[in-house]
This record gives sequence, C-alpha cells and structure tokens, in this order.
Amino acid sequence: MARKSGGGDAGSDTRSIDRNALGIGIATGAYALSFGAISVASGLSVLQTQTLSLFMFTGASQFAFVGVIGAGGGAIIAIVTAMLLGARNSLYALSLGPVLTPKRKIIPVTALLTIDESTAMALRYDQSKKESRRAFFATGLSVYVFWNIGTLFGSLGASALSDPGILGLDAAIPAGFLALLWPRLTGGSRGDNQKMWALAITSAAVAMVLIPFLRPGLPVLFSALVAVVASLMWGKTSRPIEGA
Amino acid sequence: MWASILIASFGTYAEKLLGYLLPHHMLERESIRRMTSLLPVSLLAALVAVQTFAVDQALAIDARLLGLGVAVVALLLRAPFLVVIIAAAASTAIVRYLGWLP
Repeated sequence: MARKSGGGDAGSDTRSIDRNALGIGIATGAYALSFGAISVASGLSVLQTQTLSLFMFTGASQFAFVGVIGAGGGAIIAIVTAMLLGARNSLYALSLGPVLTPKRKIIPVTALLTIDESTAMALRYDQSKKESRRAFFATGLSVYVFWNIGTLFGSLGASALSDPGILGLDAAIPAGFLALLWPRLTGGSRGDNQKMWALAITSAAVAMVLIPFLRPGLPVLFSALVAVVASLMWGKTSRPIEGA
Repeated sequence: MWASILIASFGTYAEKLLGYLLPHHMLERESIRRMTSLLPVSLLAALVAVQTFAVDQALAIDARLLGLGVAVVALLLRAPFLVVIIAAAASTAIVRYLGWLP
C-alpha cells in the first residue's frame, strides 16, 4: 500500500490509518489462535501461554520459545532462541526513536508495542510525525488486544482437547514458522530474495545435519552462525540501510 | 517453567527497551544491523526444518512434511496466516486419520 500523496484532509488519513491498524490486528489475532493452541500442546498452561503474549509480545520469539520447550530443548536454549529472534526489535526501536520521539514516561509502553507490524506502519507514515505516531500506536494497540484475545481462545480451545496432536497441531508449528519466514524471502528485490533463499536453505540444511548430534533446540541455535557468516560475506555488497 | 517464561519475557522486552534508551552509535554499526536482519531468516528456516523432520534426535519423514507442502501452496496462493496454518494442520490430521502417513 502506498502512502497517500499529500493534499488529502487529515481526518480521512487518520481514518485510513485506523482502518489498516484494525485489519492488521484482526489478522494477527487469528494467528494468535494457533499460537495459543500450539503453546498448550507444547506443555505450557493457559496462564503461562497468556503471560508470554502479555509481556513478551513478539510472535516469532513466542513461537520459538514454545517450539523449543515442546521439542524438549530445555529452558536455556528456549530463552536464547527467543532472544536471538527478538534482537531485531532493538533495531526497530532504534529506527523508531527519532520518528516517534516518545516522552520518557511512555517509553516503557512504546517499547512493549515495538513489533514488526507497528514498526512497518510507523515507518510507512514517517513523513509526518503525528501520522507516524498514530500509525504506531493504533497498530501496536490493535495487535496487542487481538493477539492476547486470540491467544486466550487458542489456548482454552486446545486445553479442552484430550490430544491436541490429533488435530495436526505438530504440523501447524513448522507452517507457522514458514508463514513468518515467507515475507522475508519474497518481500525484497529479486537479488535480495535470492540471497535470502540461499541463507534460509543453508540454515535449514545445517540444522538438519546437526539434529542427530545435538540435543533438541541446539541445531537451531547453530544455524544462527550461518547468518553471521552470511553477513560477513555480504558485508561489502549490501545496499545502504534506510532509517538511521 | 515459570522462571524461564519470565526470564525470556523480560529479556525480549529489554531488547525492545534498549533500542530507545541506548545512545544511537552503539547499535548503529552497519555490521550489527545487517546481522540482526539476517538472523531471523536463519533461525526461522532452521525452525521450519527441525519442526518438520525431527523426532527427538532422529530425522523422520511423516505427515508433517505433507502439512508443510500444503502450507507452501497456501502461501504461494497468498492465503492469510490462519488459512495457511489450518490447511497444514488439517491436511496432516486427515492423512493420519486415513492411515496413509504416521
């Protein structure tokens, strides 16, 4: 969706921001249903699952955390994997700081709401500080509300089942990760996409080769080294990063 | 379990907070930015592979792979998140119910 070129009245722009924010919230809320179900199927309680959605509030990290726990990888590996996936939020916050210029006392809330969706919306409207703030908070709050409602219904639903495995929830986990990965493989220029595919396939292959030799969870952490190598290799050729 | 949930939640929240509180030059280095943007691709791809093929520390091909294939088709058709996941879970459940794949 392209940003409206100037001239439109502020009211209609605000409405379109709110409408987009609501749509994004509903879509991610639907996704949260599956997170809630998978989390319970991985052995977390309804309350533990909700705690993740309330306070961690970053989808990929939450999925990874319960995925590692469910696979028997243990607490430390689950924490490290979640934090590695969450590291991008630091960069989002860094890019958003100058755009949103949050007052000191609302920084804690701004930080909580800093996720893929709210960042993308804020940066889409970064021509105007007011619109950008509106886009960030409308999207962040909308996703926060629907994400938590979705989580609750998903976890309650799954905990009512005697055997969640029978619904194919174990296959929903890789599908969920793939759905998170997909935009990163298809969203860039042709050349960027090819690099991302190469990185993804290499990382997947490295993790698979290591499965028999390492305890569950560790193969995924080792795959992070592929990203480190790739970023060193591609250091000279990468395009300048926007934002900053 | 509770301890690890709280530590992980605190840790990921601190990451978000850090971006607002730390002086800019600390995170602004090009190499750090690049690495942080590539990390999710590696980790998510590895998670897809492991969650599809691993049974504890062994590799197996079972109904999950079919579910993943269905998810790929759904993504190529630009289906929304929930449809992708339900399609994967439902197809897996059906072939198991029919006894075609474990």
